Amino acid sequence: MARIELRGIAHAYQAAPRSEEDFALRPLELVWEDGGAYALLGPSGCGKTTLLNIISGLLQPTRGQVLIDGADVTAAPPQARNIAQVFQFPVIYDTMTVFENLAFPLRNRGVDRAEIQARVEEVAALLELTGDLRLRASGLSADLRQRISLGRGLVRKDVAAILLDEPLTVIDPHVKWLLRRKLKQVHEQLKVTLVYVTHDQVEALTLADRVVVMNGGRVVQVGTPQELVERPLDTFVGYFIGSPGMNLLPCIVEDGAVMVEGQRIPLDADVCARARTAGGELRLGIRPEFLRRVAEGSPQALRVEVTQVEHLGRHKLATTRLGEQSLKVRLPEEERLSAGESCWLELPPRWTMLYAGGRAIT
Amino acid sequence: MKHGIELDGVTRMVNGEPHLADIHLKLEPGSFNVLLGRTGAGKTSLLRLMAGLDRPTSGAIRVDGVEVTGVDVRRRNVAMVYQQFVNYPSLTVYENIASPLRLSGRLGPKELDRRVRETAAALRLEPFLDRLPAELSGGQQQRTAMARALVKDASLLLLDEPLANLDYKLREELRAEIRQLFRDRPAVVVYATTEPTEALLLGGRTAVLDEGRLLQVGPTLDVYHAPATERVGQVFSDPQMNLLDVEVTEEGTEARLSPEVSFPPAEHLRGLEPGRYRLGLRAHHLRLEPRSPEDVRIPVRVEVEEVSGSETLVHATHDGIALTAQVEGVRSHPYGAELELFMSPSRCFVFSPEGRLVAAPPFTPEESLHGQD
Repeated sequence: MARIELRGIAHAYQAAPRSEEDFALRPLELVWEDGGAYALLGPSGCGKTTLLNIISGLLQPTRGQVLIDGADVTAAPPQARNIAQVFQFPVIYDTMTVFENLAFPLRNRGVDRAEIQARVEEVAALLELTGDLRLRASGLSADLRQRISLGRGLVRKDVAAILLDEPLTVIDPHVKWLLRRKLKQVHEQLKVTLVYVTHDQVEALTLADRVVVMNGGRVVQVGTPQELVERPLDTFVGYFIGSPGMNLLPCIVEDGAVMVEGQRIPLDADVCARARTAGGELRLGIRPEFLRRVAEGSPQALRVEVTQVEHLGRHKLATTRLGEQSLKVRLPEEERLSAGESCWLELPPRWTMLYAGGRAIT
Repeated sequence: MKHGIELDGVTRMVNGEPHLADIHLKLEPGSFNVLLGRTGAGKTSLLRLMAGLDRPTSGAIRVDGVEVTGVDVRRRNVAMVYQQFVNYPSLTVYENIASPLRLSGRLGPKELDRRVRETAAALRLEPFLDRLPAELSGGQQQRTAMARALVKDASLLLLDEPLANLDYKLREELRAEIRQLFRDRPAVVVYATTEPTEALLLGGRTAVLDEGRLLQVGPTLDVYHAPATERVGQVFSDPQMNLLDVEVTEEGTEARLSPEVSFPPAEHLRGLEPGRYRLGLRAHHLRLEPRSPEDVRIPVRVEVEEVSGSETLVHATHDGIALTAQVEGVRSHPYGAELELFMSPSRCFVFSPEGRLVAAPPFTPEESLHGQD
């Protein structure tokens, strides 16, 4: 079990980086608490795998230090870090049985027979592999192979942390949630530090207590799933999390109120005051699921024109027009609405955010 | 194309195993058709037969009334887009898009250039025309592959899970574009997917395929709202549909789920013959709070929760029955927590023990106007 600390970590793949632009990973400070479940979430190319490889020791950072339980391991090779890694494609030996695969990391370290037997049985029970221990690994289904791969990481008692890099990519969609449940149960029982890399918001928000959102080599927000959904501190988080993402509308602040397309939107007075001095383009953000449809002519409601209604089964998604801006609204399935109509929307202040240069004004 | 494409009792056997069994399907010209089925259902096999890449073991495929079973693929006017982005790596985006036109050799240079640029514009590829595929993002590569399929104005356009290999954000954007692109085309479009949400978003008609058999065909929303069998309900639900075995008592006044939970069979459940049934309930109709006095309270124990955006999937059990509820907001109940879920009987599908639909919640025809057929 371990606490992992990243101090001033930055990485460039070029030997002699000249400008900040050359860095795949911009300078960052992060602490992974012992026993925490973390996700690293971001689109491809955001630097998340680079960061993971720095933690595991597969990559030496250009700058900064990696500390495990206070000890500087920046120069230590992966095998000296007691970190288990699970990759996109299961790494197992096809010629061995499931038992031998699980036992392999222990045999390598000269652990005695009785203990190997006990540990393998324990891990197999946890991962529901007990009935498969005698099977040959070749020809097993992808989810079984990935569970074995995870088991190989868990079998060592001294493992400090488990790093998982998009481990569900090759798993059939209908089996994915079963494996997510297994992972979550394993974490709840073992309380081992877990770092889970993914571009999939469902996997990140489901597995992690805290999610580190990355974009363009930067950490843009670290927060609980609830914080990321309810109070995205960066427009990228608003866009990337949620399906569809947050509505972002260019706006101005005038007489202590926010104006979008000439319409007044009530918002916290302090936020409005700070917006006047903040640099960068001002945008108002609200998620499609937080917009409220209200009766015609309600005070402070915006009148919008409905341009499209999509039936998504459990709800409807309406695309509406407010002047030149487009606004997506999620409505309950029983709601009646069709293209060409007008409707009135309320922006609850609690769910309405204001951004300057992409960062939230709080 | 005037009469579309027709599959008449098509079967395909591979090594003595039926991959497709007795498929009857008629697709109208200008129609958008979703082929919905899980991995291994036979979607790709069916598309390959339509494309002429494989031959059926028995049965006939007719295009515009003319049998084409066994006609070479090069002589059919078909375009196909695959899950993997297939482009020529050494050709620029422009040349990739132009390649099907150059192969057919029917267009003059001016007309060819016009067509390539028009298609590139529709797929927002204009800025990348001089690039090589390797210099593009996954989404741009798949757009290029789609442009190649669209440029030649094929009368049959087949798409095999074209978005499956993309990040979900890109998928979201491309999905919306695909619908616009294929609207108002005279071609027959067939789009294979495993995802119910994708089928709903794309609209048109949906054919549900399972284990090589065609289970149901109809306007997408009709199939969604009235799955003919329990299996169709399962394939057309994500998260999975809750399936609850109930017993309707002799007097028909009570439906019993477990020793603890029973309720009066109201609304469309009224008039069920006594006996055993299976209720199908989509996850978003199982809630944490009651919506009406008729809602049935089910005590459960939480197994795990999954969070997506501002929704949470609660996986739980009641008396050994697995239940999944899709609720608003980010929730977190610990493993083993005890909760109450509420189900509204008016939202249940009723299936016979053999899995045939006995009764479905009414849905207003206004909603089926969405289907673009």
